[in-house]
Amino acid sequence: MSPEYAVEVHDLTRKFGDFVAVDRVSLSVETGQVFGFLGPNGAGKSTTIRMLCGLLLPSSGAGRVAGFDIMTESETIKRHIGYMSQKFSLYDDLSVEENIDFFTGIYNVPRIRRRERKDWVLDMAGLADKRDNLTRSLAGGWKQRLALGCAVLHEPPILFLDEPTSGVDPLSRRQFWDLIAQMAQRGTTVFVTTHYMEEAEYCDELALISRGRMIAKGKPAELKTVIPEDILEIRVEHPFEVLEQLENSGLVKEVALFGDTLHAVVEDAGAATTAVGDFLAGRGLAATGITQVRPSMEDVFVSLVELEDRRSTEGAQT
Amino acid sequence: MWERIYRMLVKEFIQVLRDPRMKALIFVMPVIQLIMFGYAVTTDVDHIKTAVCDLDKSPQSRALIERFTASGYFTVVDSTDRPERLGELLDRGQATIGIQINHGFAEDLKSGRQAAIQTIVDGTDSNTGTVAMDYAQRITQEFSRARVGPGELDQLAPPQTEPIELRSRAWFNPDLKSRYFNVPGVIAVVVLLISLLLTAMAIVREREIGTMEQLMVTPIRSFELILGKTLPFVLISFIDVLVVTAIGISWFNVPIHGSLALLLFGAGLYLMSTIGIGLFISTISQTQQQALMSSFFFYLPAVLLSGFMFPISNMPEPAQWLTYLNPLRYFLVIIRDIFLKGSGWDILWPQFAALAVLGTALLTMSSLRFKKRMA
Repeated sequence: MSPEYAVEVHDLTRKFGDFVAVDRVSLSVETGQVFGFLGPNGAGKSTTIRMLCGLLLPSSGAGRVAGFDIMTESETIKRHIGYMSQKFSLYDDLSVEENIDFFTGIYNVPRIRRRERKDWVLDMAGLADKRDNLTRSLAGGWKQRLALGCAVLHEPPILFLDEPTSGVDPLSRRQFWDLIAQMAQRGTTVFVTTHYMEEAEYCDELALISRGRMIAKGKPAELKTVIPEDILEIRVEHPFEVLEQLENSGLVKEVALFGDTLHAVVEDAGAATTAVGDFLAGRGLAATGITQVRPSMEDVFVSLVELEDRRSTEGAQT
Repeated sequence: MWERIYRMLVKEFIQVLRDPRMKALIFVMPVIQLIMFGYAVTTDVDHIKTAVCDLDKSPQSRALIERFTASGYFTVVDSTDRPERLGELLDRGQATIGIQINHGFAEDLKSGRQAAIQTIVDGTDSNTGTVAMDYAQRITQEFSRARVGPGELDQLAPPQTEPIELRSRAWFNPDLKSRYFNVPGVIAVVVLLISLLLTAMAIVREREIGTMEQLMVTPIRSFELILGKTLPFVLISFIDVLVVTAIGISWFNVPIHGSLALLLFGAGLYLMSTIGIGLFISTISQTQQQALMSSFFFYLPAVLLSGFMFPISNMPEPAQWLTYLNPLRYFLVIIRDIFLKGSGWDILWPQFAALAVLGTALLTMSSLRFKKRMA
């Protein structure tokens, strides 16, 4: 197994008929990293992760996972990875313990390790006193931790998580990311997809994907500096009215609601602050505050997608 | 490898036994079908509703009617003096057959003239109508032979012995009870439905809830997955064969003349085909509903074109060719012959061979289609 990269792919492409779900994606994940794969629903995240796990054969491209070829050695790869799909995928009608025993057997965990692994999963998921309950009766957060536990019973060096936190309450999501961080600390490489932009902060390395194409990659802090524009946070009494006015004013490139404030994308923060202030004052909608803020991951993402769209339309015209 | 298959087996049994609907499908449905076919579905014709119009009112006419009722095939539901009444009763469906004996019947018999009686049969149900007419004919013939043969009237009548007399005897099922024919058939049909449905549904259910995807990223091998998903239903089907056979023998007194071991061997070969088809259906269905629809799409024609209820020899020729592809056709011959005729390997080997070929082909084809990938 290659010591440096747990996952390494070049020009990975998957077509379904005429539709290109994943378009020439290249990426590499260092061993021991938490790698975040970000993008909206339908961007191609699940398709990519399924190709890496050997569930789907790529239409073209090449790559290695855990040092094995994804085109020819997918069955070997399966012995070295753990995978947790988007859908909750344990047996609802089996008890917690029966689910663990089942996957222990399927993964061929050595007999002497079984007890220890089972106790570890029960402890990690906080299910020690619920081991005889039917999985169906567990709340979302517990189910999800049990699913994670069952996916790592065989202690795989690489863990693939496809939207692990969708449909789980914020507290459980927080706990879940703590678990991921612990595993990474012990040397497990974690490849995780999500459409929650704020979860990007938990990752060591990020890749942004939209409509099947990778639009940016880097560390979270780096990515925030890649957008050339500035972000203004505008506080006003009537955000909806102001949103409409600003959209048609030509003063900002992009404006969106952000909680009870507005975030506007502008060329230059200094000039825009005055211009927007005057514009709003002139319409009797004076802002209570306009400040430049650090872009959030969501700002970065929106702005990068815009940029990419502009590039591809320009490309089509020439 | 055995570890994984064993785990799959245990899991599958826990799931089946924990689900009340599954349990009902496996253990209650076969018994209900057996009782239905044992009691309700009978092609035997007896207690035919009979209306009588005896205009002669002689000891001879009464003796003839007595013959009809004593046979057990006819039950007199109405006696009338008006011949038109027979037609009315037939119209209303209150009688299936009307018998009219005209005035002068006894006279004709005594004087050696040909005596005539008239029967009218409701032919709506062609099967019952034909059988009723046939019985009436036979009873009348026997009556006339008894009257005219030895004894009182022989000096008047010329000897009316027929040149050829047919004496038939039914072998294997001497009383021609349709139950003896149906009960073994039910076993074959029940096993088909259960093994087909359970296999197709169990795999598609896992695909629907997402556990199939989870299994596919584990190191489990394709054949382990297939064995793990089919062996439990093979075992359950065998249990059903034994349960239904036991009830058939002990409750319905269906005799079993042949070897039970040979029957179970045949059932094993038969299950290869039905499980193979179940597996195939699971590879073309995305949802349990689709699997259910596809299963019945196969099941109904398979039952109709098997000889289960309608003899294959009566079918148009193209339909007869189709039956050669139907595993039920072969197993029906095996199970009925083992039950009723006590046939052995020496006679039934062509059926066994056909099932083995069909089963191997279906299982191989479906297993090849069943891949450890999503698309």
